[in-house]
Amino acid sequence: MGFPLLSVVFLAPLAAALFLCFLSRDARDVIRKTAAGAMTLTLLLTIYAYVSYDTAMGGMQFTESIPWITDLGVSYSLGVDGISLPMLFLTEVIGLAAVFSSWNIDKRPKEFFILLLVLIAGVSGTFIARDLFIFLLCYEVVVIPIYIMVLIWGSTKRVTKEYAGIKLTIYLLMGSAFMLVGIVALYLQAYPQPLRTFDIEALIAASQMGSFSESFQIFTFFLLLLGFGSLLSMFPFHSWSPDGYAGAPTAVSMIHAGVLKKIGGYGLIRLGLLVLPLGAKFWAPLIAGLAMINVLYAAYIAMVQKDLKYIVGYSSVSHMGYVLLGFAALNVVSISGAVANMVAHGIMASLFFSQIGFIYEKTHLRSIPELCGLAHQMPRLTIGFMLAGLASVGLPGLIGFVPEFTIFVGSFAAYPVFAVLAISGIIFTALYILRMLAKVLFGPKSDRFDGYQDERGIEMLPLILLGIVLVGMGLFPELLMGVISSGVEPIAPLLEQIADAPTLLGGVR
Amino acid sequence: MFSDFMLTHAWLIPLLPALAFLWIGFFTRLHKKRSAAIAITMSSLSFLLACGVTWAVLSGPITMETPFVQKTLWFEIGSVRIFMGSLVDPLTAMMLMVVTMVSLLVQIYSVGYMAHDPGAGRFFAFLSLFAASMLGLVIAVNFAQLYVFWELVGLCSYLLIGFYYDKVSAREAAKKAFITTRIGDFGLLLGILLLQITFGTLDFQELKVLVPAYIWISGTSFMTIVGLLLFIGPIGKSGQFPLHVWLPDAMEGPTPVSALIHAATMVVAGVYLVGRAYFIFSALPVVMNVIAWLGGFTAFFAATIALTQRPIKRILAYSTISQLGYMMLALGVGSLTASMFHLMTHAFFKALLFLCAGAVIEAMQDEADIFKMGGLRKKMPVTFAAMTIGVLAISGLPPFAGFFSKDEILGAAAAVSTPLYLLGTLTAFLTAFYMARLLFVTFFGEASPGCPATETNAFMRWPLIVLAVLSCVSGLWGHFAGFGEWVYFGAAEETGIDWVIAGTSTVLSLVAIGLAYEIYVAKRWSAYEISQRFGVLYTLSFNKYYIDEFYTLLRRTFCDGLGRILYWIDLHVIDGIVNGLARLVGVLSTIFTFLQNGQVQRYVAVFYGGVIVLVAYSLFYAYKVLTLLGGAF
Repeated sequence: MGFPLLSVVFLAPLAAALFLCFLSRDARDVIRKTAAGAMTLTLLLTIYAYVSYDTAMGGMQFTESIPWITDLGVSYSLGVDGISLPMLFLTEVIGLAAVFSSWNIDKRPKEFFILLLVLIAGVSGTFIARDLFIFLLCYEVVVIPIYIMVLIWGSTKRVTKEYAGIKLTIYLLMGSAFMLVGIVALYLQAYPQPLRTFDIEALIAASQMGSFSESFQIFTFFLLLLGFGSLLSMFPFHSWSPDGYAGAPTAVSMIHAGVLKKIGGYGLIRLGLLVLPLGAKFWAPLIAGLAMINVLYAAYIAMVQKDLKYIVGYSSVSHMGYVLLGFAALNVVSISGAVANMVAHGIMASLFFSQIGFIYEKTHLRSIPELCGLAHQMPRLTIGFMLAGLASVGLPGLIGFVPEFTIFVGSFAAYPVFAVLAISGIIFTALYILRMLAKVLFGPKSDRFDGYQDERGIEMLPLILLGIVLVGMGLFPELLMGVISSGVEPIAPLLEQIADAPTLLGGVR
Repeated sequence: MFSDFMLTHAWLIPLLPALAFLWIGFFTRLHKKRSAAIAITMSSLSFLLACGVTWAVLSGPITMETPFVQKTLWFEIGSVRIFMGSLVDPLTAMMLMVVTMVSLLVQIYSVGYMAHDPGAGRFFAFLSLFAASMLGLVIAVNFAQLYVFWELVGLCSYLLIGFYYDKVSAREAAKKAFITTRIGDFGLLLGILLLQITFGTLDFQELKVLVPAYIWISGTSFMTIVGLLLFIGPIGKSGQFPLHVWLPDAMEGPTPVSALIHAATMVVAGVYLVGRAYFIFSALPVVMNVIAWLGGFTAFFAATIALTQRPIKRILAYSTISQLGYMMLALGVGSLTASMFHLMTHAFFKALLFLCAGAVIEAMQDEADIFKMGGLRKKMPVTFAAMTIGVLAISGLPPFAGFFSKDEILGAAAAVSTPLYLLGTLTAFLTAFYMARLLFVTFFGEASPGCPATETNAFMRWPLIVLAVLSCVSGLWGHFAGFGEWVYFGAAEETGIDWVIAGTSTVLSLVAIGLAYEIYVAKRWSAYEISQRFGVLYTLSFNKYYIDEFYTLLRRTFCDGLGRILYWIDLHVIDGIVNGLARLVGVLSTIFTFLQNGQVQRYVAVFYGGVIVLVAYSLFYAYKVLTLLGGAF
């Protein structure tokens, strides 16, 4: 075993957080520089992993494994494949951008950055874990900082930050409760006692050997769907998302909408599909229907919102519909599209939230009727806002287009009606995004905003970081699709197998 | 050797303006002159390359059937492989020439037009991107590439229409353009997806083989759906009824942009798409009928609106819609040649008209209402001459460009359907009338006292002159050089003149111009009285048949109204259940708190309550067992 790259990626933020504990609370500059340094290191390592990942070979790479609780079959085993590597990359890019977005935080910077680093470490841990125990552990670690951060650094608008915080937390915990039951069921069912393990590959192998009966798969998948689906803000478990983002501070909104939410989609693929393929097949039509509702329902609601964060919140619910649709179609093309769309949406949503956060930091306004013509005073912010908005609209050349196109190609044949309805979302998305852009950025110059500075120095870094990814992966989609493809291609035989498999109950129709 | 080099480097043609966009955007945005110099240099280079490519096409073995194709993988997922590249055939070459030439002239004109605008750097960046997107669309090798650049063209028009972003009207017009064309894109995207999943490829060359085979085997019904869906895209982009509403508003952008949008980029993209995918459309009689009739109707419909409008650019905008209708009509009746010929001539004379209008508006210090102008003939002789040539060209009078191309279209229509031919001829009459009205009202009569107008500066004057020359000769050239042997579908077409058709439309145009002269110059009849006599029709036309109002109503009802209802449901039903559950937990916890309050007496009471329940249950159970046993005995 060579250099434990993933362990460093995972532990560096935690080490930095630990280090921060010993710093004086007044040393804001050292604190934030430490955080930025740790995140820069992890990002560079992740980029190295991304670039040197061998797509021809595929499979889990950069693996590490240390037995931990042997009696329970728990081991500290990490690794990334073509599905988790893009998600890890997403986490670290957004993590660093979130640190820069929080640069000017005045209130208790020490605690803030400690919690932020723990949060980032937790999220990245879920993506690199090859062991379900580690996965769950990291997931639960994530919940605590989020709750505290919303309560202390959050903002109260339509709902109080306390309400937002508790709603977010309870949804996350409810999701994890269902997940936990499902995972324990898998654990118990897969192997007899001395062999029991939380190792995901071993569970997949058990599934291939037929250890899980179809009715077991259907039941357990349903539990996982409740857990991961509510995390992915699947209708009707989505209402935490807009409220939660609205109440949360900028960095939490960025990480939550950008990556944490994606654990839902990632889990559905990694556990739901790979371990419980028949369950996935059974519930797929239901998921497709809900996906369509997600897209249109949230888009319609976004159209009548006044608060910027609510628009982006509902917009993210709407975009998750495409991810669900891609998943539900259960073919290589659509699932690749779903994974890619998670990355794409993560980048654009966190860019959106960072720009909104900037506006809010300067003006303390988020309500659209109060904002006007910011392009006059803030041309750089305008570029950031436009990039995020146009990527949401699915403009080619930006990161959003290819994933959506891939999902549409993949799901059209499987669910023509749902797909057509979901695709009509591109019109409504354009409608609410362009309305928002028009009102906030353009129009006559308002003297009210004359005194405010445009983004400069560190404030520009979230835009630069996320913007590079947004445009780079948009112009050269193979950067993203190549890796994802190497992760999804190996599922092809499984997908063909379940496509032909006669189902017990004939699926939900 | 040289022609090979040109063909294999055709991809540079869109790339150069794209580089200009990046360069200006990153480095010289704030520098007016440098930005203009970069944009114009890159455009000139791409124009030269386009000339080279055209030369290679004309001299080499490249025909409509044997194009030059070069492509590279863009991305790949499973069986879906999407390429980017360049496809060069005579149609592409013609478009490359037109687009690079018009955008170069527009950029030169803009140096003069935008001289005093602080945002000129940004303007040149967007213009370059616009040209790059359109050129990328023109050389597309497959539907995916075409769609990518199609959307980018839409983006550029959004950015440029909303260029004066401090104006609310410009901002709204930009949004409207994007969203209206998006509705079209939705249809186009569905069509493209159907092609991809049916044929497993989007490549034009492969589909050219696969589609006819598919139709031969399984009939036209499925492909008709695909064709109609694909055609929704052009309806939006090329401003056909009922998605034409964005085009007149697009004049909110700076005038050079209007010239570019209306002449060489954006709107002709729709026509070009139908032309490029003609191997699909021409095999589907139902779709061809739809195209022809929608085109014919749009041509007529837009002309009736143009009759009564007052702002100079709006009249031209409706004339664009009308002329695009002609191009669609030509495609629908089966003549790719006529349509593309008209596309080319129209690009020149419409760019000319718009740039003249820009010169006039600038000279009038941003006054756009033609009835507030008048007498500009003497003050702006060059512009007047150029405008006159433009008007004669669009009215289809010989020997100007429009005469030849319009005659081709009417001839093609007459060969297929008499009603369509009559509709086209009637539209020609209306066109000549409203264009003559524009010319007479603006340039004849007496100048109002204190009219500030003077002739334009050199940057703006020379593009006008070049375009005026092109508007004179491009028709003749196309006619005598055999445009139809060059750009055609199926078999090469003769570009002959049917003297009956050409004569009829020429006479009608002359009558219309004479009529306009009598009304607006000689004032034999009062325009006001005529408008009063046709009160209802006039009001309908003047208000553009209230289509915008109707759409606003639709949007308010079905988007905002439904959105509000769903938001209410989200807040009160979905969140109501969530909060209700939370409250239920709260209530349960109060109950349990009541049971566990730390007082021994209550615990004892609870304990006895429990005992009673248990005893009752055991008694009930014992009873049940006994009855069972009793039954057994």
